Amino acid sequence: MNQHYRWLAIIVVLTAFCIWVASPASNGFSLDTDNDGTPEIVIKEQPLGLDLVGGVRVLLEAALPVSSFTREDLQRAADNVNRRVNGLGLTEATVQVQGDRRILVELPGVTDKAQAVETIKATALLEFVDFAGLGSGQVSALVDQRILTTAQDELIRAREETGDTTARAIAPILTNPRTGLPFQTVLTGADLKAASAQFDTNTGDFYIAVELTESGAATFATFTGQRVGEPLAIVLDSVLLSAPIIQSQLSNQFVIEGNYTQETASTLALQLRSGALPIPLREEAVTDVGATLGQQSVNLSIRAGVIGVLVVLSFMLLYYRVPGVAAALALLVFVLLNIAAYKLLPVTLTLPAITGFLISVGTAVDGNILIFERIKEELRAGKPLGAALDNGFARAWGSIRDSNTSTIIMCAVLFFFGQTPGASVVSGFAITLILGLVINLFTATVVTRSFLYILAQWLQKPLAERKWLLGA
Amino acid sequence: MFNLIEKRRYFFLISAAIILPGLLVMVYSILTTGEPFRLSIDFVGGSIYDLRFTEEVITEEALRGVFSRYDDSNLTVQRVVDSAGNERWSVRGQFLEQAASEDLLTDLNTLAPLDRESTRIERVSETIGAEVARAAFFAVLAGSIIVTLFIVIAFRTVPKALRYGICAIAAMIHDVLVVLGLASITSLFFGWEVDALFLTAVLTILAFSVQDSIVLFDRIRENIPLYLGEPYETIINRSIWETIHRSLATQLNAFFIMAAILLFGGETIKQFIFILFLGLVSGTYSSIFTAAPLLIAWEKGELPLVSRLGKLMPPPLPTE
Repeated sequence: MNQHYRWLAIIVVLTAFCIWVASPASNGFSLDTDNDGTPEIVIKEQPLGLDLVGGVRVLLEAALPVSSFTREDLQRAADNVNRRVNGLGLTEATVQVQGDRRILVELPGVTDKAQAVETIKATALLEFVDFAGLGSGQVSALVDQRILTTAQDELIRAREETGDTTARAIAPILTNPRTGLPFQTVLTGADLKAASAQFDTNTGDFYIAVELTESGAATFATFTGQRVGEPLAIVLDSVLLSAPIIQSQLSNQFVIEGNYTQETASTLALQLRSGALPIPLREEAVTDVGATLGQQSVNLSIRAGVIGVLVVLSFMLLYYRVPGVAAALALLVFVLLNIAAYKLLPVTLTLPAITGFLISVGTAVDGNILIFERIKEELRAGKPLGAALDNGFARAWGSIRDSNTSTIIMCAVLFFFGQTPGASVVSGFAITLILGLVINLFTATVVTRSFLYILAQWLQKPLAERKWLLGA
Repeated sequence: MFNLIEKRRYFFLISAAIILPGLLVMVYSILTTGEPFRLSIDFVGGSIYDLRFTEEVITEEALRGVFSRYDDSNLTVQRVVDSAGNERWSVRGQFLEQAASEDLLTDLNTLAPLDRESTRIERVSETIGAEVARAAFFAVLAGSIIVTLFIVIAFRTVPKALRYGICAIAAMIHDVLVVLGLASITSLFFGWEVDALFLTAVLTILAFSVQDSIVLFDRIRENIPLYLGEPYETIINRSIWETIHRSLATQLNAFFIMAAILLFGGETIKQFIFILFLGLVSGTYSSIFTAAPLLIAWEKGELPLVSRLGKLMPPPLPTE
């Protein structure tokens, strides 16, 4: 009997801990056990999926054949995208490489979705290109056109060496009208140290202030010293933005002026800071959910969940009476354990994830039902209460184990299916259902058992006199 | 003790009456559309725009007019009223790039102010759709193999284990057919689509269906030595009555949870829950009224094909 009280104490402590974890009071808690500066346990707010807070999820795919870039290229592209996402000031955003040619970006709570997606997707290859000898008429004819430069040409050649034939086909074809060759690239964005959007109070225009690295500045100073009076072209993603005349020798700091608004200027500055993407990316799948819609889903799910759990609790109490009390208490512990687990792990809650949890509530009571039905049989066979409890638990265990195992294995299959980009909704369901089933193996046996034995011990007399209390 | 097993012919007829219409609708759908049911953009790619305008002045023609500027596929346009009584429009078309999609939304805004915060857009390219479809196929394959293995392992110590295994699998196939037929019927009459979540429902149903059969067969296994000399039929009937409480109580609880979601939950999850629920009901039904009666029928040589096969087999080797 002692062991049941020992378990009861453990359960009470565990439940109190779960309530603390689930409450907003624990948000921001962190524990650093070995004092190495990185906390092992951090409790943040419960992360909610896009379908519950609104926002956008974009699956980007390399717009090149897989053979023409390396894993490192893809990782670098993802790092760049990540820097841009951080530059947008989104806190909960995630960027992950998926497979050998994809990057998945999730931006919960973002308001201007189109702008955000454009910002992270742009290649942002910035070039300063030699336009020496071109007349102003030739220059203005090229503005906003895609032009071929030596830097791009090198990239294309590198791709062709890996057997990629598409890069050449989609490349710009406009070359230098004076030579017929690609335009000479002087510097690329790789030589940039800093870029920021600035506001000119005199003219009321936005411009971008650029600072070059040491080696970039040296190259640039030499070049501009020789070319005073000639146009210098600024090219972004192969499109000619403008070609101002070089007024004097430039060094490591200068500005790029153009027809910028605050937004376009800060976006461009952000892209320049994060560097050019090593691989051009295109969209493969997009989910875009309005915040209001998400809020409605949250409210509806919580309401449905609470009602569902309450009905199940009432059913267990009505149908199984005293054992039902143990089951109802165990079910409450089960729910709290789950909620705490979602926050600790953390599990991102989506609508399918919440559904998975609710289905697991249905199966959690199944364990109790198997046990109670066995106990009732034992009592009908004339066994004393203590022996009936012992046998009931012992005999039901096999069934509980078997029935949970098959579902857990199936959930693992679902989880792997959910790893396919485009089926990610499925993993949320699988994770919460697996968690529910595993936690249930503990609550259905240990928690229900200690509650039931203790209740039975205290209520021995009425139970012996009134059989209906046991639901038999 | 009422003899359930005696009535087995009726139970088989009930199953047939549920499964056959579904299969017929499936055949009809394949003949007319080439697909057994409508596949969602998850599997074939495309775009879904779930729109809400702040003024309810939109007509289907006006919507089609705007979309046709960007999208030359055959659009499906549906007017939906959500649980709050607001009018929403759901349009399914082809996959558009971000820029085109934004232009489209700007154009829609000129019809009536679009409530962007209450709008949902899903766009999936054909490549991704094909990948999801392939992954779905493997998931179903893996799921079926795992469940079959599970049955084999669970009954490896029972005499005539193969028989139990095959009957449990038959019950599982029964449930899958019920659900597929259901999907086909709801596709045809309500325009429901089969998506990644539908597949999730099917695999979850597989797992639960097998659980039910295993609990029942476990009981049969236990009862055989307890009631030696009783006819097989009586033992099975007894086992059903002993486990039916548990089956019904569990089914009821699942019903409570799902009914709560259907009545009070969000719109987007309802089709998934509906299919899941009917699948679970079928799973409970099939373990009692398909799997167990099949065992008896097999024992009595009522299964025409199986008993004939048995006669073809040579007698076992003498051991004495």
